[in-house]
Amino acid sequence: MTVIEEEIGHPGGEVHHEEQPRGFLLWLTSTDHKIIGKNYMYTALVFFIIAGAMAMLIRTQLFAPNNHFVSQQTYNELFTIHGSMMLYLFAGPFAFGGFANYILPLQIGAPDMAFPRLNALSYWLYLTGGISMLLGFFTASGAAAFGWVSYAPLSSATNSPGAGPDLWIVSIMLVGFSGIFTAVNLVTTTVYLRAPGMTMFRLPIFVWNMLVTAILILIAFPVLTAALIMLYADRHLGTHIYSVAGGGMPVLWQNLFWFFGHPEVYILALPFFGIVTEVIPVFSRKPVFGYKGLVFATLAIAGLSTGVWAHHMFTTGTVLLPFFSALSLLIAVPTGIKIFTWIGTMWGGQIEYKAPMLFAIGFIAIFVMGGITGVLLASPPIDFATHDTYFVVAHFHQVLLGTTVFAGFAGFFYWYPKFTGRMYREGLAKIQFWLAFIGAAVTFIPQYLLGLKGMPRRIAVYLPVDHYTTLNRISTIGAYMMGLAFALWIVNVWVSWRRPIPASGNPWDGHTLEWATSSPPTHHNFDRLPPVRSARPVWDMNHPEFADYKTSHSGQAADRERQQ
Amino acid sequence: MGLGIVRSGKANAGVGMHRKVKLRFFTMRNVNIAGLVLGAVVLSSCNLPTFWAYKGATTQGQNEFHLWQGFIITAIFVAAITYGALVFAMARFRKRGDQVPKQTHSNIKWELIYTIVPVLIVIGLFAATFVSEDKIDAVSSHPALRVTVVGFQWGWKFEYPGGVTVVPKGSTYPTLELPQGETTTIKLLSNDVVHGFYIPAFNFSRYALPGVTNYFDFTPTKAGEFSGKCSQFCGLYHAEMLFNVRVVSPSQFSSWLTSQQQKVTA
Amino acid sequence: MRSERSVYLMVGTFFFLIMVIYFLWSGEASGTIMLFAAAGLGIMPGLYLAWWARRMELRPEDREEATLAEGAGPVGAFPGNTIWPFVFGMGAALTGLSLVFGVWLAVIGLAFIISTVLNVTLESRRGGAV
Repeated sequence: MTVIEEEIGHPGGEVHHEEQPRGFLLWLTSTDHKIIGKNYMYTALVFFIIAGAMAMLIRTQLFAPNNHFVSQQTYNELFTIHGSMMLYLFAGPFAFGGFANYILPLQIGAPDMAFPRLNALSYWLYLTGGISMLLGFFTASGAAAFGWVSYAPLSSATNSPGAGPDLWIVSIMLVGFSGIFTAVNLVTTTVYLRAPGMTMFRLPIFVWNMLVTAILILIAFPVLTAALIMLYADRHLGTHIYSVAGGGMPVLWQNLFWFFGHPEVYILALPFFGIVTEVIPVFSRKPVFGYKGLVFATLAIAGLSTGVWAHHMFTTGTVLLPFFSALSLLIAVPTGIKIFTWIGTMWGGQIEYKAPMLFAIGFIAIFVMGGITGVLLASPPIDFATHDTYFVVAHFHQVLLGTTVFAGFAGFFYWYPKFTGRMYREGLAKIQFWLAFIGAAVTFIPQYLLGLKGMPRRIAVYLPVDHYTTLNRISTIGAYMMGLAFALWIVNVWVSWRRPIPASGNPWDGHTLEWATSSPPTHHNFDRLPPVRSARPVWDMNHPEFADYKTSHSGQAADRERQQ
Repeated sequence: MGLGIVRSGKANAGVGMHRKVKLRFFTMRNVNIAGLVLGAVVLSSCNLPTFWAYKGATTQGQNEFHLWQGFIITAIFVAAITYGALVFAMARFRKRGDQVPKQTHSNIKWELIYTIVPVLIVIGLFAATFVSEDKIDAVSSHPALRVTVVGFQWGWKFEYPGGVTVVPKGSTYPTLELPQGETTTIKLLSNDVVHGFYIPAFNFSRYALPGVTNYFDFTPTKAGEFSGKCSQFCGLYHAEMLFNVRVVSPSQFSSWLTSQQQKVTA
Repeated sequence: MRSERSVYLMVGTFFFLIMVIYFLWSGEASGTIMLFAAAGLGIMPGLYLAWWARRMELRPEDREEATLAEGAGPVGAFPGNTIWPFVFGMGAALTGLSLVFGVWLAVIGLAFIISTVLNVTLESRRGGAV
């Protein structure tokens, strides 16, 4: 090895080396992607805790038949806001506002996002949007109570009067714009701010997934915003777009919503697939297995996800069943490719079971089950039997909780040293993992059985004669276990904050460029960059004898060399 | 640290590893094909477990049930292979030393296998879906009975020929009477919000959607009482929007209908 | 630029194909229009990137053998700390909430937004952080 590091020019000239404001003022005024990313992440986690607490209340209500723990009205508000917060305020922003904002510029060797002020603006829109949604609970008529999907005509002014639903609409619009701005930023950053030598096919998979996510956001969110504007117009401006009485079509809302909603599922899932694809290679000490296949699988998921919206509408009797069934079943193929790619990456490695790796494997375990039941639901006759039951609830909770929470916490613990310069407590994180993993199984597997027994979703009470009680009790106990797990996470963060163990720049023997800088990184991220000669520049630098650019792309040529 | 020694011996034996991989390739494909074949066999027999689902108290519901059996057996095979590979990799390749493992970037053969095999499975599943979907969705042109079902906030109304209507009375839920062995066409409507007309034991649900009229057939095969529910969230008392289904013999049904019709005219 | 172009064009073309199949098979209007718009949102940026890809030389980040020295020099002008995104965000939120609580909120919100527009323009013209 001759030259490992070279000087790079400092971007932006000398203007930025002034004193940084501190504390609250820094939080208000920063345009640094790292600070905005952390703001996003901690805000999203606060929303996660609030929405998780709502889930605890929901499960407590369902602990016994004919329970009166909360009123039916409160229950309806709770599951509406639980779903809305988890999907709009936690899962998405946690990934593309938090992780992507912080990690993506670092992984491609950029000094910041392409539009730092726009980036700051997205955060403020997100925060105010989130607060607007919660404001609903403090209005006279309560928060929105029509489910996170807000089906017309239940969401009309006659069926859901009051300020709560309007706040919900405004909230989602603000959060939607924040998502759109972030997506613009991510695409531009990826296209224009890569380090020299960082070609598209050397991008870390996480960056690829974020790029595809951003493309999907730009296609899906405008549809949602348009649908919401029409919903608002129906409620207050006298239009009849979704009402039969005025010649409109309620089912149009479902078409528009799910044309956003299904890509949204992949907008939520793809970033976390990206995170897992960063974690597994590092803790297996191997490169990603089948890089190109993975990239094309991601693109295939993006393409297919826009053509499957009506599989949420099989039981409306208004959609072309074979078309949507075929495309929905086909999504299983690229998703399966991803799962086998992760297993292929572990295959033949030296797997070290640190907390991030445990969470990543927990994600695969939960996601495989959720994905397979998703294939069942892609068949219209099976969907007829299980639509809107707890079978579906269990399916999408496994998919979404598997991705956003398990893969999310894999990423959180993996990059925690990078974010803070401190290590988390390994033991606590492992206990958190086992509690959450067992808790998730205990919560959701009984829900599949409940769904097959015919328990509809979103019911506040059930009868003793339905024989749902035992399974519901088990499910509730599982939910409490998960609640306990996330309480432990708060303890972990608290302990590591009060009694810090300093982390080095590269505590995991990481592969990608974020590990080439200090922890936490300096103001414009890098003083020096290693040369980019493969998808794993930092690995190449630290392990020159096993460097990727020396081996052929299949790795077999090097093998032959070694044998000779 | 005996294991560590075994492992370091293996590091050179790249060829040996390859042969092992090849063996597993054939078993995996065989298992998948076996899954497909089994799935097909299941479609024509019903001596298998129910896999926690209802067997279906109508011919349509039984069709769905056989499809369910085929799907879930395939699902169990796929899950077994995936979890098996995952657990095997976790146990076999856990860290046993500080040496850097072989840096494998890809393996075209394996990548093709895990692309093509799922495609084949999906094609099989789609074919099975296509066949049973047509049977379940078929609406008879000459049904023995036509019933109009109207969902409203928060209850159900059943309208039979001759002006007979069944509605919730006080705290009793309405009962949908159906003749056993005969085909009834249901016309499903809603005038307020979206409801879900769901009879778990029939393995069937359909939205009562304002602005859309849905038709579907039930041919009950089993006499008895079943519970029905609203599956699509429809507002405050969604949870209490229940109904009952009673399947009786055609003669009992016609005497019930006649007596009800006499009440209407009286 | 070429790979970026291809990503967009591939996704856009796929949506277009799906749209054609969907339209011919179902004849349903809303889905066809949405798929058409989606195809446009894939193809338009794709064509933009293709337009640049034809006119630009390969940048250091497009070449596998590029050295870091080739990428030296200013990457771009990045703003320092600024309060205005916050003010704009509050303005936008107040304007949004005026849909719920009345038009008077929009007056305050728009005042915030206009002041941001003016101040950010001046901030940029001064060339950097305030």
